[in-house]
Amino acid sequence: MERQSLSVSELNNLIKELLEQEPLLSNVCVRGELSNYKIYPSGHHYFTLKDSESSLRCVMFKSSASKLRFRPENGMGVTVYGRVAVYPRDGAYQLYCSAIMPEGAGDLQVAFEQLKARLDSEGLFLRSHKKPLPQFPERIAIITSSAGAAVHDMIRILGHRWPMAQVVLLPVRVQGTEAPPEIVGAIKYANEFKVADLIITGRGGGSMEDLWAFNDERVARAIYASELPVISAVGHEPDVTIADYVADVRASTPSNAAEIAVPDWHDIQDGLDAYSIRADQAIRKKLLSLSERLESYKNKRVITDPTAHIDNRRIELDHVRDRLAAAEERNLSRCRQSFVALTASLDAMSPLRVLSRGYAIAEKEDGTTVKSVDMLSCGDLVKLQLRDGRADCLVRSTEKRENT
Amino acid sequence: MAGKKLNFEQALSRLDEIVRHLEKGDLPLSESLALYEEGTGLIKQCSIMLDEAEQKVVKLKKGPDREPIELPFEDEN
Repeated sequence: MERQSLSVSELNNLIKELLEQEPLLSNVCVRGELSNYKIYPSGHHYFTLKDSESSLRCVMFKSSASKLRFRPENGMGVTVYGRVAVYPRDGAYQLYCSAIMPEGAGDLQVAFEQLKARLDSEGLFLRSHKKPLPQFPERIAIITSSAGAAVHDMIRILGHRWPMAQVVLLPVRVQGTEAPPEIVGAIKYANEFKVADLIITGRGGGSMEDLWAFNDERVARAIYASELPVISAVGHEPDVTIADYVADVRASTPSNAAEIAVPDWHDIQDGLDAYSIRADQAIRKKLLSLSERLESYKNKRVITDPTAHIDNRRIELDHVRDRLAAAEERNLSRCRQSFVALTASLDAMSPLRVLSRGYAIAEKEDGTTVKSVDMLSCGDLVKLQLRDGRADCLVRSTEKRENT
Repeated sequence: MAGKKLNFEQALSRLDEIVRHLEKGDLPLSESLALYEEGTGLIKQCSIMLDEAEQKVVKLKKGPDREPIELPFEDEN
């Protein structure tokens, strides 16, 4: 008996039809671990899903793969959705994958962690890259939805705190696939035309899905590249997005962003008052110190009694004069004393004085004083001058004493 | 300084400079008084800016050459 033979193609097609008829296989959900994950230049993803005993070839076409929000990695536990079909050329069945979900955490969470780690390693979150915010922004660009509470809150708070700042709204969608390119475009536009000196971008609260645009890599890179400082203002306090990590300042909510962006004018007014007080005090101190100096001059004698100086001189002169007079007096008395002394010694030497002591002066007839016996001869007349009179005497003899 | 209109930030930083200078107290009286006058003028100017400020909100729209066009923003709430 001759069996009817089938060609390989026929058999493969038969199997393909059989498999594809089975409704269970047209929509499967398989748990396993990713391995041998490859992305081809065509954009299709090829990988093997395995557990401890078995493995399954899988393919994910570009159209589905582009919707992946995280990057599948080898060893990752996942649930894969798709249909099982045969690839007739290889005679092999494989899983045609429409979606991959990471096990445990949701795909968004995984995508978030992956992007965060990648951008962090690239240095997009570095403190050193963060720009300081202007102290008194004059124009603030708000990149958010023009509808909704967030923009309303921000405008209201900015107006209360610092009405001097102009608010420039760049309306964008903040949700859905169009949101990231619109946010990126607005950030670039604000920079290109320098429409403001500060950007606030964000949105009000929502699910992780709703906030997803702010976890978009393109948005993160646009914030990083912005020359204008950026405040991120996404969701509520506990929501943290990639935009928050990249932004120069993270605000916990849109309202908080408005509070961070501008000072409160009351505080600034207080500051002005303080300056006013300081300036007053400083100038008062200056004037006081000058008037004190003036006062101290005023009390000086030369000012209060201009003639005092002359009077003093006069007194000094009087003193000098007195001293001079005293000196003169002393001098005079000294002279007088020496005069007395001289007179006394003169008196002592006076011949009369000698005579009073009993001596006599002998004079020859011609009046010469006899000073030596040699001047006399026998028979000479000699006059003796005595203290109280005169006697004429006759020399009877002379005798010269030896040794004179 | 006179003649050139300072923005708020410049006015405030000039004011800070003036007050510090005055507080040093080492300037001649005439210069101190001139600075004091400038300072009180700046305080007045800043206060007026604060008092008279009215928030302006505009919505930007790209013009035909991509240039920004300011439109009034009506709060849609």
